[in-house]
Amino acid sequence: MQRYSGFGLAKHALSHHENWQRQWRNPTPKKKYDVIVVGGGGHGLATAYYLAKNHGITNVAVLEKGWLGGGNTARNTTIVRSNYLWDEAARLYDHSLDLWKGLSQDLNYNVMFSQRGVMNLGHTLQDMRDIQRRVHANRLNGVDSEVIYPDQIKEIVPVIDTSERARYPILGASWQKSAGVARHDAVAWGYARAADALGVDILQNTEVTGFKIRDGQVYGVHTNRGDIESKTIGCVTAGNSGVVAKMAGLKLPLESHPLQALVSEPLKPVLDTVVMSNHVHGYISQTDKGDLVIGAGIDGYLGYGQRGSYSTVEHTLQAIVEMFPSFSRVRMNRQWGGIVDTCADACPILSKTKVKGLFFNCGWGTGGFKATPGSGHVFAASLAKGEMHPIAAPFSIDRFNTGALIDEHGAAGVAH
Amino acid sequence: MFYIHCPYCDEYRDEEEFHPKGQAHIARPEEPESCTDEQWGDYLFFRDNPRGIHHELWVHAIGCRKFFNITRNSASYEILETYRMGEQPRVSAEHPEGKSAEQGAAVNVADEAGRVAGQEGVKA
Repeated sequence: MQRYSGFGLAKHALSHHENWQRQWRNPTPKKKYDVIVVGGGGHGLATAYYLAKNHGITNVAVLEKGWLGGGNTARNTTIVRSNYLWDEAARLYDHSLDLWKGLSQDLNYNVMFSQRGVMNLGHTLQDMRDIQRRVHANRLNGVDSEVIYPDQIKEIVPVIDTSERARYPILGASWQKSAGVARHDAVAWGYARAADALGVDILQNTEVTGFKIRDGQVYGVHTNRGDIESKTIGCVTAGNSGVVAKMAGLKLPLESHPLQALVSEPLKPVLDTVVMSNHVHGYISQTDKGDLVIGAGIDGYLGYGQRGSYSTVEHTLQAIVEMFPSFSRVRMNRQWGGIVDTCADACPILSKTKVKGLFFNCGWGTGGFKATPGSGHVFAASLAKGEMHPIAAPFSIDRFNTGALIDEHGAAGVAH
Repeated sequence: MFYIHCPYCDEYRDEEEFHPKGQAHIARPEEPESCTDEQWGDYLFFRDNPRGIHHELWVHAIGCRKFFNITRNSASYEILETYRMGEQPRVSAEHPEGKSAEQGAAVNVADEAGRVAGQEGVKA
């Protein structure tokens, strides 16, 4: 792998940037791999990378039916935080946040991770009680988190309306300073390039059409490019997990919904943090390019259409204008939807299945991007050992039958 | 944006008047106390989640406030039919073109019998 550096940039300038090496190969599928990862989004590519890097398993294929990071990895609002309520979730997301901090160096790829802080606003007495409870829980788990009040909020975000005139006055917020945003595409590309350099085969336009299962043990997949064998298969297929599971005769406790986001025209710097509000239901940040990135709730119905409904756009923008009256005349540029696989307890599934050798990493719902490194890291360890990593273990699919749910609806940025 | 026919109001109304309520035709176990954890968890949480034809429960929330069912394609979003509670769909993944009323009734009775027989103590 050609390493990127300032010196390299200068050197390539001399040849008009025409001689950069391709970031990853385009190999033909082998007949057999040690591990197959189904799904070439951020989580799948991270899984492949950590398999190769931490566990020395380099005979790995990533099967992607479209192109890398063309699904939810490229369709989210790039927020990274770890202020979750329950111990299990806090451990998982905080593990991820730790990996984010060194990710650009680790991958030799600038993922533009920017710890600009994330604020979750409270607008009612109950909101504030919930915020205080969560902040205390966070601190007990070593997650940096504090309660701040309107004066401090106004200092951090001068354009926000903290007056009492607002229909839903802002009473305070939880504030995680170490949270922030990252560049989503770069995360997929960085992991792909680094995994490829370690020998992982990244197979795009390779769609899994079925599983080969004998005596309850998986031993390969059917794809549109022929059969590929492996006795360990990890499915990391987000919104399509239900469809993939059905191919293996499994049912998952998931519902797939469209979640949309939109960006405005580029503006001069006006907002240098991330603001989320559960109560008025919207979240917003500004990219380095200047676009406001805005998101809100899912469409309530099941859908695979990768587009959202206009009524949701309207509700979202109402919420944003409620908090930021000065944004009322900002024009929106683009709007898109991703398909999020939501679980009843708003926590992911990292689990073995009834089929031996077949693992699922799904159910991240509306907040998977932040977990990309941690998810890949613990899922790779689980695939390598055949046993779930201790951080992943509580997220077994069995919890929906045993009742050991991890209810994180309160810590989701906005209610879904 | 959907334009939904409410089978009770017999009118096409804007999507904003309605709320989706998840998969339709899920029978609550008649005796929850005698369910195993497996059965109860499956009833509460496990869903079909198909990419394609899906039967779902909706409520005409700011209209007549009645619950009804919609058969809809979850990929194209096309609404194929709406029908009242207690009725069975004419269009399904097995019959994407729909089926005649008598055929439908016959199949539904058979389906129903099969399902009830399959899950002891469970009634649709």
